[in-house]
Amino acid sequence: MAEQKIDIIEMRDILTKTTQAKQDGYRLSCLSCTRKPDHFEISYCFDKDLSYLVYRIQVPETNPEIPSITSVYWGAFTYENEIHDLFGVKVKGINIDFQGNFYMLKQKTPFASMPNVAIVQKPAAQEVKNG
Amino acid sequence: MGNRTLVPFGPQHPVLPEPIHLDLVVEDDKVMEAIPSIGFIHRGLEKLVEKREYLDMVYVAERICGICSFIHGLNYCKGVEEIMNIQVPVRAQYLRTIWSELSRVHSHVLWLGLLADAFGFENLFMDTMRIREQVLDIAEDTAGGRVIFGGNKVGGARRDISKERLAQMDREVSGMLAELKRMGDVFMKDYSVLSRLKEVGVLSKQDAYDLGCVGPMARGSGIAQDLRQTKYAAYGDLDFQPITHPDGDCFSRTYVRVHEIYQSIDLIRQAIAKIPDGPVDVKVVGAPNGEVFTRVEQPRGEVVYHIKGNGTRYLERFRVRTPTFANVPALVKMLQGCDLADVPVVVLIIDPCISCTER
Repeated sequence: MAEQKIDIIEMRDILTKTTQAKQDGYRLSCLSCTRKPDHFEISYCFDKDLSYLVYRIQVPETNPEIPSITSVYWGAFTYENEIHDLFGVKVKGINIDFQGNFYMLKQKTPFASMPNVAIVQKPAAQEVKNG
Repeated sequence: MGNRTLVPFGPQHPVLPEPIHLDLVVEDDKVMEAIPSIGFIHRGLEKLVEKREYLDMVYVAERICGICSFIHGLNYCKGVEEIMNIQVPVRAQYLRTIWSELSRVHSHVLWLGLLADAFGFENLFMDTMRIREQVLDIAEDTAGGRVIFGGNKVGGARRDISKERLAQMDREVSGMLAELKRMGDVFMKDYSVLSRLKEVGVLSKQDAYDLGCVGPMARGSGIAQDLRQTKYAAYGDLDFQPITHPDGDCFSRTYVRVHEIYQSIDLIRQAIAKIPDGPVDVKVVGAPNGEVFTRVEQPRGEVVYHIKGNGTRYLERFRVRTPTFANVPALVKMLQGCDLADVPVVVLIIDPCISCTER
């Protein structure tokens, strides 16, 4: 696999970095959001000649809002609408805003809260009594 | 300026194998604007990491898509193996390559059939389905499943293929090649087919790149990028070059897919000739602690998985970006300015897999 870098940057720098990536000939490959205990972690992934560049920002959980990168990469509206619908993160300045209707979900923003993982111990095998 | 009319297209439409909705703003019979809506079949599979241990998530990954199922499983295993630094046996890597290419053949042949159906060539549709059946039979006999192959597990392959069965597979795919070329020639040379595909849905190389196109959508606009060049599985040992076509229209993308079928047959034969003896899996202990963005080439293009483990048996994040998701912006651009009668062909040309896209 080609080299893969993850650069953690400030949220205010994301537009500058994205613009620079576009000027350097990178293609937008993916946006990925992860729910952390006190913030959202959003990764912006770019590809150029099979090498992968990842910028990561941290968005506070209270009133989460990110700037849209659709002014740089027009097609990013799909990723940003998805993050809005699944995680409840608002996107400022998006070119095509589905206003929460990109995914038709029964439960709104299902990924917005921290996962509630309960590790259940498997019950011990019962002894088989003969007779 | 004529009257503008809003024409709803989908989610239920004869040409659509899966539900996507488009609001088409039409002036006379030209599409001026297209707004896509998805989300009819969002299943929340990514959320299942909270309830399924990382070893069991292979089964979930394989069921993200009913067509490119095997390569989803492969990418998941590859990602977890990269985090846990697991060395997969070489024979398992070859088996993964063979099943991946079988998966690509059946996906592309299915797509060609659906395309023929979209422009009303029923006989061609039935011919493609007949040929595809032979690929599914090989998959069922060697991997265990016709569509959900189920051959992957973290650490290798779930089953081996005997030397005799590999030799038989070599004969079967060689025999299929003549039939596939006869079918492919219809798509490449038939007057009626060309009249529906040439100069329709044109996307320049620069536009395709800027819009983030992947797979045959990008290669059909002349971008020579194929994730198999990263040499995952056994692709590093095999000889191939990405198939491209410069015109950027619907014919170009059909050209790429037809020739990728021939290329896949060649790759299967190369892999059968080179596959070494040895074990097909290694024992996996522990749990993934770390993260990776892992990518492989599906029939529709680059698929990206973000896998993040925290040292427990439950992953912290499992994010899937499918190729159709990346090609939706290009679909919106291609539809602008096309004839209303060409909309079914343009929608189908991205090979839309909506279940895959929504997970």
